[in-house]
Amino acid sequence: MKVPVSWLQDFVDITIPIDQLADKLTFAGLEVEEIEYIGVPAPTKQGSKDNSLAWDREKILVGELVETLPHPNADRLRIVRVAYGRGEPVRMVTGAPNINLGDSGQKVVLALEGSRLYDGHKDGREIMTLKKSKIRGVESSSMVCSEKELGISDEHEGIIILPDDAPVGTPFVDYMGDVVLDVKINPNFARAQSILGVAREVAALTGQTVRLPDDWDTAQVGAPETDFVKIAITDPQLCPRFSALLVRNVEIKPSPFKLQQRLLRAGMRPINNVVDITNYVMIGYGKPLHAFDYDSLVARADGKKPTITIRAAHAGEKMQTLDGQMRVFTPHDILVTDSRGPVGIGGIMGGSETEVSDATRNVLVETAIFDFISIRRTTGEQKLPSEAATRFGRGIPPSQNVAPAQVAAALMRDLAGGGVAPALADNYPLPQIESAVHLTLRDVKRILGIEPAIAEITDILRRLDFKVETAGENALRVTPPDYRTDVDGTDDVLEEIARIYGYEKIPSTLIADALPPLDGNAALEQEETARDVLGDSGMQEIVTYSFTHPAHETTLVASPDMLTGSNGVPFPLSSRPYVAIANPISPERSVLRQTLLANMLDIAASNLRFADRVALYEIGVVFLTRRPGENERGDLPEDDGLPLPLEPRRLALVLSGPRSDKTWQPADTTPMDFFDLKGVVQDLVAGLHIADSSFAPTTHPMLHPGRAAELRIGGASVGVLGEMHPLVRERWELPNQAVLVAEFDLDALLAHMQERFIVKPISRYPVIVQDIALIVDENVEAERVRALIRQTGGALLNSVELFDVYRGAPLPSARKSLAYTLKFQSPDHVLSDADAAKLREKIVRRLEREVGAELRSG
Amino acid sequence: MNENGQALQARALAQLDSIWDPAKLEEWRVEFIGRKGAVNALFEQINSISKEERGAFGKQANEVKQALETAFTARQGAVKQRALSEALEAEPLDVTLPGRRPQRGRLHPTTQTLREMYKIFGEMGFQVYRTRQVETDLMNFQLLNIPPYHPARDNWSTFYVADTDERVVLRTHTSPGQVRVMREMYPGPIRAILPGLCYRYEQISSRYEIQFNQLEGLAVGHNITFGDLKGTLTEFARRMFGERPVRFFADHFPFTEPSAQMDVKCIICEGAGCALCKYTGWLEILGGGMVHPVVLRNGGYDPDEWSGFAFGMGPERITMLKHGITDIRYFWGNDLRFLEQF
Ligand SMILES: [Zn+2]
Repeated sequence: MKVPVSWLQDFVDITIPIDQLADKLTFAGLEVEEIEYIGVPAPTKQGSKDNSLAWDREKILVGELVETLPHPNADRLRIVRVAYGRGEPVRMVTGAPNINLGDSGQKVVLALEGSRLYDGHKDGREIMTLKKSKIRGVESSSMVCSEKELGISDEHEGIIILPDDAPVGTPFVDYMGDVVLDVKINPNFARAQSILGVAREVAALTGQTVRLPDDWDTAQVGAPETDFVKIAITDPQLCPRFSALLVRNVEIKPSPFKLQQRLLRAGMRPINNVVDITNYVMIGYGKPLHAFDYDSLVARADGKKPTITIRAAHAGEKMQTLDGQMRVFTPHDILVTDSRGPVGIGGIMGGSETEVSDATRNVLVETAIFDFISIRRTTGEQKLPSEAATRFGRGIPPSQNVAPAQVAAALMRDLAGGGVAPALADNYPLPQIESAVHLTLRDVKRILGIEPAIAEITDILRRLDFKVETAGENALRVTPPDYRTDVDGTDDVLEEIARIYGYEKIPSTLIADALPPLDGNAALEQEETARDVLGDSGMQEIVTYSFTHPAHETTLVASPDMLTGSNGVPFPLSSRPYVAIANPISPERSVLRQTLLANMLDIAASNLRFADRVALYEIGVVFLTRRPGENERGDLPEDDGLPLPLEPRRLALVLSGPRSDKTWQPADTTPMDFFDLKGVVQDLVAGLHIADSSFAPTTHPMLHPGRAAELRIGGASVGVLGEMHPLVRERWELPNQAVLVAEFDLDALLAHMQERFIVKPISRYPVIVQDIALIVDENVEAERVRALIRQTGGALLNSVELFDVYRGAPLPSARKSLAYTLKFQSPDHVLSDADAAKLREKIVRRLEREVGAELRSG
Repeated sequence: MNENGQALQARALAQLDSIWDPAKLEEWRVEFIGRKGAVNALFEQINSISKEERGAFGKQANEVKQALETAFTARQGAVKQRALSEALEAEPLDVTLPGRRPQRGRLHPTTQTLREMYKIFGEMGFQVYRTRQVETDLMNFQLLNIPPYHPARDNWSTFYVADTDERVVLRTHTSPGQVRVMREMYPGPIRAILPGLCYRYEQISSRYEIQFNQLEGLAVGHNITFGDLKGTLTEFARRMFGERPVRFFADHFPFTEPSAQMDVKCIICEGAGCALCKYTGWLEILGGGMVHPVVLRNGGYDPDEWSGFAFGMGPERITMLKHGITDIRYFWGNDLRFLEQF
């Protein structure tokens, strides 16, 4: 909200510099986001690019046009003489289109030679100094100024014409200089959504008192029926108070200059005197008003006294609002109606039929309180945000309904020449409740950690207009002023004490209270270990959107008929319905993901447009709509009946590109394949100390049919890994090279993590190394051979390492050779070569028998 | 007659003086001091020498032997030294060539910042507690003292889950975790931090994202004060940003009262004013306050006996401030040219 300080000064004396005042307000919760200096010198701020302009007190003055003469050499220019109360009037050339030949007596803004002004002919704000010059042969050293030249606005069409009563010779900064504070009003500061409201805060913070209009009376109550209107309210919850005043015989015309300037500085456009006055009172006193053309209300009542009824709308009821829109209402909208139907949406906008026009003679000023929830709903649904709706939507105390309207009526009398009818029409079925709060010194110490004296607390609260009475020892009974309905608990009062006491004066302490048991978060710690292991394997962590589109994830399936088999939809895909967003920002982000891979592939593709290689992983949750009976850790009874999805953790990997980057020395730049991915997974399993893991061949609709595996732990699958199916790869426009992907159920994986694994002792007896090469059929899996060797070798076989796989001559086709290094070692004695040879022989026999292996000679 | 000892010594030493080749040195050794070398031959002459002269001859032969062995050891050292020097001189590298860098994986910057926060708060006794991302309106708003259509809802543009009559939302902040953690911990004291992804309906720009992390803190006990909130957060700022002034001022959140915002002195300009701090000299870091009695009660704690504070901050925002990042879209863009700088 924009707060012109000149307006603020109507209500309170400003006793400290503006920047200090701004800091005080900010610290107390009314954040001053910006300070605009209009003509007034701004305190210099180091480093800022501030180019505000101060109006020189000696050189920029209120002047009076003495005469306007033609320019001898230019039709469009004039020569004017301007008096400024000191010596002879000055002569100058002007091209202002709003000065005509023969004009005199207008009050203008005169800038004498040497004044600093903004250059009116240049874009933006560029400062220039006024110098003596010749304009088409006529000497001119002074200037009559436009708004742009003074930095009031960007208007440069004509010069400023001041009101007739502007005092000639006065420094212009005294006449129109100002400072405007832009204050952020948080929802809890509804009371400060007016100049008066901010003034009250200023008064409390600086120890001043607030000045109110002489006849300000918030206790006054009128009657629902007067000689000019009858007011009926059907539901006091929707409309606790509705009042009206009648101003007769007004003349609709522009508002006075000063009022217009105030509105402009507060961010409102002037329209005409009656509308401007309602806006002026709304900004100044925080009470939105509505002005009806009284005669059209009377006409709608067939010449009789109108009856205004405030009620909920009927479904489908219609009215044209004064912005020309036909609106349709629902029963949660509040309507102001008469015998013919709606004449306004309560608190939001009036109807076009009864609006004030240039022909209006009699004005009915409406002031009312509406249910703020309803106002907010209607504002949102009808898309009608406004200054008034914002104020109504934050709540206005009913006691503040009438006094501002009386200020408005008095202004209409003074500025529009009207006469105010003496009666106040006022229907007030739901009077405001006064809520007193019991406050103890113990509370102050317990919550704020400070121990101010009762007297200090009392002083703080009285500065905020609270009524404070003692209520026993070390306790107070505190009653907020009638303009505050936001205070109804001890916590509210404590906040007021803390704000005014000053947060900076509350000492910083460290918690002295008992420490809860420090159990750590095992699930998180395991997850972080997985991140560390993956990082050590050269994997880069990424974080992608939780949002996606169903079709985006379906793209992972090479062909839809693959989903119809006996497996159905295999992990990490899901046949569950998606968690859909009711109000997505775009179709691409309309549901929550069920797999990490789809969004990760987007990131892989975008990186591979400039990088050769990606090795990415993501750890995050996916969102699975629950099936009946599915529960999750952290479920609460309150969640029952609501479709909260399961949020299991997943880990996914994407690898593609050369095994290592090309360097100036030989490097392995062959493209990564299945075994690079498998190696990362093996490393992870080993790094997490997960026992009993195995890889089994599988098929998967997103993977190459011959290059896919399942990771099993204790026999149960925890996810898949493999080379992406070429059809899928093409859809992501990935480079023509293998893309390796994996996704795992991280909860299942980490459940097998062993925090306490047993370390094997190192034997000090010699190792006997034996190599064997075995020829087996192509379809014999390496893992089967390894397992048989392992099993047959028993405790004395220390390790089995595959070091060669060979196919081709002289081997027959469909046969392959697997070569292993076997290391035999005993933990407790020296093994003889004969012992080792015997074991080796046993292994070879077993393999011959079980997988038809033959020993390769040589 | 063989040459006498003196002549042998002179000849051997003269030869040795020009030897630099280890093979030649070995030849020399065999020739002179080897088992069948000249010195041993000298000793063998002793039998043909008169008894009276044997003593002197033996002494001289021993002197020759000793002299040659000493000379040999010295020469051996010199030859080795010279060979080493020559080898070293012949093996220079251009040390400005790039090193072979191991392929290292990195953490996402948000993870790095979160870990730093876990550590700082962990040392103050705050433990990590994570709760769900898809929440009920009840937890996300109502139990946090934000009834339907409440003005405070203006602060959160919310994503709703379809077909739930707006009763299920993507959490707009980590605060619903406050109620969940309270219900789990009651009646014990609480010191928890709650990190995680949150979602808001925003137009994505350099300043706003539809998804972001938050880290919520919650302490509940019998004697927890606003001063403790200030102390805890000041200590956090000191650890996170180094020794620099902080300031607290009044703010508003429906679930805390009194509420506060904490700023730290700008890390770029130290308060003089710069573009990062928008010429204010201060950077907004986090918000917090004393847990509202309504929220305590909704968590199961009697506000007349218990009190607590809560605070929230944005790990991405803090990462941006620390590293001068001006576009929040970098975080989920996951461009390697961004990620690999961490
Ligand atoms: Zn700065």
